[in-house]
Amino acid sequence: MTADTAEDLDRFRQRAGAWIRSNLRPLDHAALAAATAGELDEEEELAAIQHERQLMRMMFDAGFAGITISPEYGGQGLTPAHQQAFNEELSGFEHPSRLMVPNLSPCAAVLLDFGTEEQKKTHIPAILKGEELWMQLLSEPSGGSDVAGALTTAVRDGDEWVLNGSKIWTTGAWWSDWGLCLARTNWDVPKHRGLTVFMLPLHRDGVDVHRIEMINGSKEFCQEFLTDVRVPDTDRIGEVDKGWTVGTRWMFHERMLYNSPLITMPAFGRPATSSVSPVEVARDRGRLDDPLVRDLIGEAAMLDLVGSRLQQRIAQGVRTGHLSDQGAAIARLFGGVAGARARTITFQIAGEAGAAWSQHDGAAAGRGTDFLMRQAGCIGGGTTEMARNVVSERVLGMPRERSVDRDVPFREVPRGPSSDARSRA
Amino acid sequence: MLLELTPDQDFLRETTSKFLASQVPVGEIRRLCDDRLGYDPGYWKRGADLGWTSLLVSEERGGGSVSGRGLIDLTLLAHEFGAHAAPGPLAPANVVAGALAEFGTHPDVLAALLDGSAVAAWCWEEPGGLIGGRELELDITVERGDLVLNGRKKPVEAAADADHLLVTGRSGGGLTQVLVATGTPGVTVERLQSVDMTRRYAALRFDDVRLPGESVVGEVGGAGPAVERQLHQALVIQLAETVGTLDRAFAMTLEWAFDRYSFGRPLASYQELKHRFADMKSWVEGAHAIADAAADAVDEGRPEAAALVSAAKAFSGRYGLELMQDCVQMHGGIGVTFEHDLHLFMRRATANAAIFGTAADHHQRLARITIEEDSRS
Ligand SMILES: Cc1cc2nc3c(=O)[nH]c(=O)nc-3n(C[C@H](O)[C@H](O)[C@H](O)COP(=O)(O)OP(=O)(O)OC[C@H]3O[C@@H](n4cnc5c(N)ncnc54)[C@H](O)[C@@H]3O)c2cc1C
Repeated sequence: MTADTAEDLDRFRQRAGAWIRSNLRPLDHAALAAATAGELDEEEELAAIQHERQLMRMMFDAGFAGITISPEYGGQGLTPAHQQAFNEELSGFEHPSRLMVPNLSPCAAVLLDFGTEEQKKTHIPAILKGEELWMQLLSEPSGGSDVAGALTTAVRDGDEWVLNGSKIWTTGAWWSDWGLCLARTNWDVPKHRGLTVFMLPLHRDGVDVHRIEMINGSKEFCQEFLTDVRVPDTDRIGEVDKGWTVGTRWMFHERMLYNSPLITMPAFGRPATSSVSPVEVARDRGRLDDPLVRDLIGEAAMLDLVGSRLQQRIAQGVRTGHLSDQGAAIARLFGGVAGARARTITFQIAGEAGAAWSQHDGAAAGRGTDFLMRQAGCIGGGTTEMARNVVSERVLGMPRERSVDRDVPFREVPRGPSSDARSRA
Repeated sequence: MLLELTPDQDFLRETTSKFLASQVPVGEIRRLCDDRLGYDPGYWKRGADLGWTSLLVSEERGGGSVSGRGLIDLTLLAHEFGAHAAPGPLAPANVVAGALAEFGTHPDVLAALLDGSAVAAWCWEEPGGLIGGRELELDITVERGDLVLNGRKKPVEAAADADHLLVTGRSGGGLTQVLVATGTPGVTVERLQSVDMTRRYAALRFDDVRLPGESVVGEVGGAGPAVERQLHQALVIQLAETVGTLDRAFAMTLEWAFDRYSFGRPLASYQELKHRFADMKSWVEGAHAIADAAADAVDEGRPEAAALVSAAKAFSGRYGLELMQDCVQMHGGIGVTFEHDLHLFMRRATANAAIFGTAADHHQRLARITIEEDSRS
């Protein structure tokens, strides 16, 4: 799309701003914080998801869904700059926060990259309307870092595939509709050459979704047990045994996180690195004038600003070819480490309320529990160690770690005793 | 540094880089360490011919930029200065020239600054540090049309050998800026020792320094916004320079990691070290990103400039220096020798981190801004 045919950015921004102000409610910070902290019960959680699906539908009907996606697939066919303008206008307003990552990116992004015309025409508009909610089924009980070591197996049976195995750590699978699933289709070749990607409806016979409780009480984590799940070959994404080609792109989208041009979320307002603002915590604890607390507030603000500008720089670098796709790992690494530091900061500012609190402690309440979950952001989306591997080996060109699984049939690769720890319910 | 430069900007950067590599190679920097001025006047004049001093000055006043965004162009120069640990009063010369041009005063001085025949110092910082929250104290009182200065400035880059001093002071409730010739009676200059090889700083005392009314730059008591802008410009230049030093030190250390063998393999093959390089890479890129964002906001005069500048200062003050020390660590023993060139860049980064507010000072400034924003929203 050229500059002449695309809707003028300023006009678009005005139209978007006007629509947002008259159709969306102001962002409810407290509700968002409660949701992130796992304080919603099942019914509340489902209601929140339902509401977000409605928000998606409203945006779709108003012509603001899939701003950078082609109209063929229900999008608007505009530029990343339009998406950015929309996100800026959205600041301070409610938005479908749970329905962006991994639903739009990486899932919709992978479909757009590798899906057939028919797959895209069927699923992308449904995703944009909030009718289909997608999850990524990558990690397995045997390991998540070594994604290509998936044990979940798909065996061909005529026009169908039969899947068996288990996927795990899928956030929100219990309220989702579809999963992108990486499965092994050939055990007799080295691991990267025997994988295939499938679209998997999560409410089909043979898919058993279990919820897992996290440290903070949230039960968003899920494990799926697949028993003889039948998937038509038309629901295969990419070529048979070429799943790693898809997987590499998939991982790239995953590392881009919220910086993907497919993502609708407020550009400003809430610090990206923590769910609670350190200023609120300091105020509610009566320590806003303490220079030591202010040092922490300043540090958190610094990390937040640097993190967001780094995301932009890396995205621009990748878009313009100054950086390879692997460069996304730089921002992933920084975001993980800075996010962990931000949690430590709010915990420290909360002081004794980090150990014991009531609702009278305001924003200081619950920061201790938050802190227990600190590393989640350094694990989910690929660990920071894996990001360091990618940066050093793929960006800086340092020697790869010695690998014992590269040129041997996957069947012969050693597996540790812990690999089966969770594979049975 | 920006990822995408216009061809003109790229040419400016490339020319500067080549010029610095040939004029001030590391051997020359080492020689200049004992030089009183810290640079050769002929070098500075040739630099001025290349446009080093004109970028914040409009064309009507004899200046000019290559992209129409002088401050952004200047960050490219500053980046190269950092990457070569180059000498010369880049920040003060530009900030003062920009100020004189903005208010249209002292055209002769401006012309001399532009052609490199004179040097000016920007006298803002005071003992104890102004970013951390101390009030500016140097007093400028109007007496029968004259301006009388009393107070101290420290540390001031290039002040001992400058021809002119642009001095910021307080006049009652507001700020005032005056241009002072260095030899003026009542001005005492003390040379300071510096952690940098070629950068010279001084402490200044003003005891009843009496100047004619026309020394004022802008309005008496009305210089607040201009001073803030100048501070931001000085910081943007400094930040870009620091990023240049980080780029260079990181590149040197990366090369070393491939070349140096231990236990029969290159350092670059050990996962512990690879992971530290990955962290360093994220800091280098973070420093680039935030310094560019700050430069952009200052250049356009956007309201978020103050926060971005302080975020960049706090970041490079902490993580930039951490990177430098990690580079030393990766080198082993050779890293702490005078013989190795790494310290030339670490020195510049260290000086920059301590001038115009430490990381901790900028945390405080950023906290102030964040809390104000929060109470407004
Ligand atoms: C909040 C959250 C949400 C998630 N959402 C999803 C999801 O939606 N879908 C999904 O598929 N998965 C999801 N995950 C799973 C996540 O991707 C994995 O947990 C992660 O990739 C790590 O895999 P693992 O847990 O098996 O740990 P392992 O791979 O066993 O790693 C254990 C430790 O060893 C380190 N390690 C492993 N290999 C290396 C190596 N080669 N070099 C250096 N260090 C190494 C790791 O960094 C880690 O510290 C989520 C996780 C979290 C925390």
